[in-house]
Amino acid sequence: MAEGTRAELSIIYALVEDRPGVLFKVTSLIRRRGFNIETITVGSTEKEHVSRITITTRGDARIVEQLIKQLDKIPEVMKIGELNLNDTVFRELAILKVSAQDSAKRQDIYNYISIFRAKVVDVSKDSLIIEIVGNPKKITAFLDLMKGYGIIELARTGIVALPRGGKAGHD
Amino acid sequence: MRLSGARAVVESLKKEKVEVIFGIPGGSTIPLYDALYETSKDSGIRHILARHEQCAAHMADGYARAKGVPGVCTATSGPGATNLITGLAVAYMDSSAVVAITGQVPRQMIGKDAFQEADIVGIATPITKYAIQVNSASAISETIRTAFLLASTNRHGPVVVDIPKDVMYEEVDMDYAENVKIGGYSVRSGEPHPYSIKRALGLMIGSERPLIISGGGVIASKASEELIRLAELMMAPVATTLMGKGSIPENHPLSLGMVGMHGKGEANIAAEEADLIIAVGMRFNDRTIGKMDRFGMNAKIIHIDIDPAEIGKNIRADVPIVADAKKALSTITARLSEMGSKRGESEWTKRIRSLKESFVENYKRENKGMSPGRLMKILRDVIPKSAIVTTGVGQNQMWAALHFEVLEAGTFITSGGLGAMGFGFPASLGAKVACPGRHVFNIDGDGSFIMTEQDLATAVSESIPTVTIVMDNRVLGMVRQWQCMFCEERYSSIDLGKVPDFVKLAEAYGAEGVRAETYSEFEKAVRKGLKTELPLIIDVPISMDEKVLPMVPPGKSLKEVVWFG
Repeated sequence: MAEGTRAELSIIYALVEDRPGVLFKVTSLIRRRGFNIETITVGSTEKEHVSRITITTRGDARIVEQLIKQLDKIPEVMKIGELNLNDTVFRELAILKVSAQDSAKRQDIYNYISIFRAKVVDVSKDSLIIEIVGNPKKITAFLDLMKGYGIIELARTGIVALPRGGKAGHD
Repeated sequence: MRLSGARAVVESLKKEKVEVIFGIPGGSTIPLYDALYETSKDSGIRHILARHEQCAAHMADGYARAKGVPGVCTATSGPGATNLITGLAVAYMDSSAVVAITGQVPRQMIGKDAFQEADIVGIATPITKYAIQVNSASAISETIRTAFLLASTNRHGPVVVDIPKDVMYEEVDMDYAENVKIGGYSVRSGEPHPYSIKRALGLMIGSERPLIISGGGVIASKASEELIRLAELMMAPVATTLMGKGSIPENHPLSLGMVGMHGKGEANIAAEEADLIIAVGMRFNDRTIGKMDRFGMNAKIIHIDIDPAEIGKNIRADVPIVADAKKALSTITARLSEMGSKRGESEWTKRIRSLKESFVENYKRENKGMSPGRLMKILRDVIPKSAIVTTGVGQNQMWAALHFEVLEAGTFITSGGLGAMGFGFPASLGAKVACPGRHVFNIDGDGSFIMTEQDLATAVSESIPTVTIVMDNRVLGMVRQWQCMFCEERYSSIDLGKVPDFVKLAEAYGAEGVRAETYSEFEKAVRKGLKTELPLIIDVPISMDEKVLPMVPPGKSLKEVVWFG
């Protein structure tokens, strides 16, 4: 996720009916309003036939609010809102393949993995696959370090998030 | 009862009390048409065979707006369905309840670029309230119930139901679901929140120069009476958007006519001078408000709309009221009456009257040839106030908006939001089918009419006698006007030549055509239109130099009205 001086980050969550085409409707509307989706994740929830979509985007707060109102008009959207960044737990997962041919370098990488509480999930003669979970800033920091060793391939999931506290954020 | 999916469609439409379907059959809807044939004796559903699916959609739209119930159109898969798109987009922008049933290729062929396959749900999604494909016959009745519910509740809009051909052949037990549940959608009560009403009343009582701007929502919720009552209680002049035209009779002393780019001078100046704008059932479209950051600079704004997503979209509101226009207005007027706050004449009402008087001569200005303004006045004088008027798009539409006084809410039907040329004629046919006992006149332009003129064949074959007045200037007039005013008369691709001869064109279709070259010939032709049993085309040659004036040039604030171009 690119960090910069652009408008404030917004995390939008939506609980939607799990039907074909719903994700298309949501993303199509976001496109229409000219927003760039930085990350989007979709998955199941505690309720059957209900999916949670988590979107991160950057834009003027007023327009994000208006966008949410428009998204709320999609019939399959059951609940939608913006998560307060200070009161939200959000996580992302990345897996990356790093080149590690020489053993001294490999040792360095293992040190960083330990500091960042990342995990090695696959090892080959000249590379490692590492899994790291955390908030996006931590992941970006780790990736910056790994660039020095040569990232061969990278996959990031995008953010999933829940509000802190006992109650469901959407109750 | 076991029946085919196609028959289940027809039975579901009967449950929805559908009386008319506008459409064209094709490969993928053969089973549907077979079911219509099978039930034609007792279904009570009339099918009107259009000549282009775009027209079928506009007819369904005109029908819906004239009758206040959903209009239904149907088309086959692929090109049939894509031809509906302009009509659906019009209905979406103008919040009209249209249900479109499209055929689709059989399920096992979907996604394989089969003959006449188009992803209509994907194409239609951004321009409809809802679009859905039915994937089994058992889902047909529930989906159709859902479609009608969505189309005709909260803010109305078009819905597409896409049915693969093999689903229409599949057998099913018909069980019509009355109660359907769609995700987070709920039918809102439309009652205003008491706190926002209280705040609105506070602003109303404190205002000295209130102005009401009334939009299509007032007509959709049949709130004219409440609107007039509010205007009279507050002695507030009423300007309307194009969609709200006629929500107050335009001969009412408090009516200012349309506001906006081609609005009346008095309405635009009032919008600049008001200290309170009560916006009802409207959405602050760019054509209505002029330069966005100038609009309502001196005013507080109360915004009443059924759609929460409209609040704050274009213009910030000091008091937002998410409510049905009728319910909000009746609550407000009841409270104002209780408080005994009936106003009388004021500096503001005097100012409004003097503004109106000062512009009277401006509207009467005539050039050589027949003046569109005067033609509109003749039309008004001749046809009854219950007559329905539709319009094309372009200069003809704006002349109608400026000079044709609408005296009854809901009798003016136009493509306001999308501005789709070609809308007027098929919409007039839909309106006439909806209200056979009323006169329907379509005010059109030559460029606009020619886009959908082929459905004269429908009008003649189905005996739908509407009257089309072609304001015939042989150019794409509105574009020419802009090229004249803003491109230093560099006229680019606006000349339509001297084709066709509209009188002969009408005759070729078996309709009637007359040419009116003087005001008295025009009046005679309109009178003929009141008695005609055939569709009638009145060709009215006018000068291409006639402009729509006044005009607020793009990017200017409403008070910068140009009267002479």
